[in-house]
Amino acid sequence: MSERVRDAGFDDWLDAVAEGEGYYLRCPNEHGSFPPRRACPHCGSQDLTDVPLPETGVVETFTVVHVPTPDFTEDCPYATAVVDFGDARLTGQLTGVALEDVEVGMSVEPSVAETETTGDRILVFGEH
Amino acid sequence: MFAEAGLAALADAGVDGDDVESLFYGNFMGELSEHQGHEAPLMAEMLGLDAPATRFESACASSGVAVREGVKNVRNGEADVIVVGGAERMNNLGTAGATESLAIAADDLYEVRAGMTFPGAYALMARAYFEEYGGSREDLAAVAVKNHANAVNNEHAQFQREITVEEALDAPMIAEPLGLYDACPITDGAAAVVLVSEEYAREHGLDAPVAITGTGQGGDKMALQDRDYLARTPAAEKAAAEAYAEADIEASDVELAEVHDCFTIAEVLALEALGLYSHGEAIGAAARGETTRDGSLPINLSGGLKAKGHPVGATGTSQIVEMTRLLRGDHPNSDVVSDARVGVCHNAGGTVASTTVHVLEVMDR
Repeated sequence: MSERVRDAGFDDWLDAVAEGEGYYLRCPNEHGSFPPRRACPHCGSQDLTDVPLPETGVVETFTVVHVPTPDFTEDCPYATAVVDFGDARLTGQLTGVALEDVEVGMSVEPSVAETETTGDRILVFGEH
Repeated sequence: MFAEAGLAALADAGVDGDDVESLFYGNFMGELSEHQGHEAPLMAEMLGLDAPATRFESACASSGVAVREGVKNVRNGEADVIVVGGAERMNNLGTAGATESLAIAADDLYEVRAGMTFPGAYALMARAYFEEYGGSREDLAAVAVKNHANAVNNEHAQFQREITVEEALDAPMIAEPLGLYDACPITDGAAAVVLVSEEYAREHGLDAPVAITGTGQGGDKMALQDRDYLARTPAAEKAAAEAYAEADIEASDVELAEVHDCFTIAEVLALEALGLYSHGEAIGAAARGETTRDGSLPINLSGGLKAKGHPVGATGTSQIVEMTRLLRGDHPNSDVVSDARVGVCHNAGGTVASTTVHVLEVMDR
């Protein structure tokens, strides 16, 4: 079995999130983004520093997916959410919450899990 | 498929293939669905053209971008005759394969690997819209019902049949709150237009009553998470502003539009971005009957992506074809817009990270 080739920046970032040391990139104009980047996507500043990701974020919107891509057939149905961490947002799967209990505004914390279908690493959010 | 569309376009235009100076061709997933990259020269060959050909890829806006580049080339004098079109084959991939292939138009690292599908992305936008402005699944169902009704007489539509609000609401969920009838189908299709300069049309005595008088393009961040808005599409606002300025029109001058309703919520977002409604107001437009064929502002008289179908790389051109026929009077639905002179086409790629807007007008002769 071949292992997925690591994606520079992204996999290092996932490692950090898995260890509870998640971070984001912040420019002097206080725009947040995630690696790999050399320029702020909002203003073009190349002065990006790693800043610790807040422990919790808030669900801004979510969906429950019933028709997945082949890589997620055994994970289905699942909830995908966009979570607001203040200066930046992240997209991931909600875990440990019944699908009918997911709501906009709920407080969640990020971590890393493996998908049921492929065992690939995935960003997840658990209820705080 | 592309030959069928392209040869029909040349015949309709009355243009000799020898006069064609370029083919601009839109295609999104040829590598995945047909194991064929570099499709443009092959498509020129299929039309019997001896002309350079270039493929444009901008996800679902691939041929909208091709149209725009064609217009710019004709306008700046680079060319007098350009064939613009697009084609996509998707059904051979099956639902899972098509879902996977469409998903590559989203951000791979931060969206697709989190399990986001394309319907999922628009579902995230739909819920964000409901949270910010209100609205319901019934409002969205009215959009699907309207577009299906518009397609009944369109011989080029994939679904020439009506549906009811109840059918739409009872259909299986794809990505909540979007169900099967909120989503456009998987489509095989092709479209083509012939763009000519005013000079060429005059010299060759062509009957070309409709002109593209404005073109605009806008962009946004690739991933939803990096956007300023989840319930608005600023890329389309920018494209519309540019196209309207070029055509010297206001949003209030627009009498009909073909918009990119890949999902029902996308039509709502498009109408607001085009300035045809203010933010939060377009959600009820179809249910109120304003955007139906008998309404004050008919939208997607072709049936839209929902019922006409969405052959991804062909859609932007297909909208121009439908609008041209609607305005010049030979479309099955032309009778409801017989006095209209100004129409707009809105083509969006990804979750509206790429958008083109074109203004089409009936010319005085």
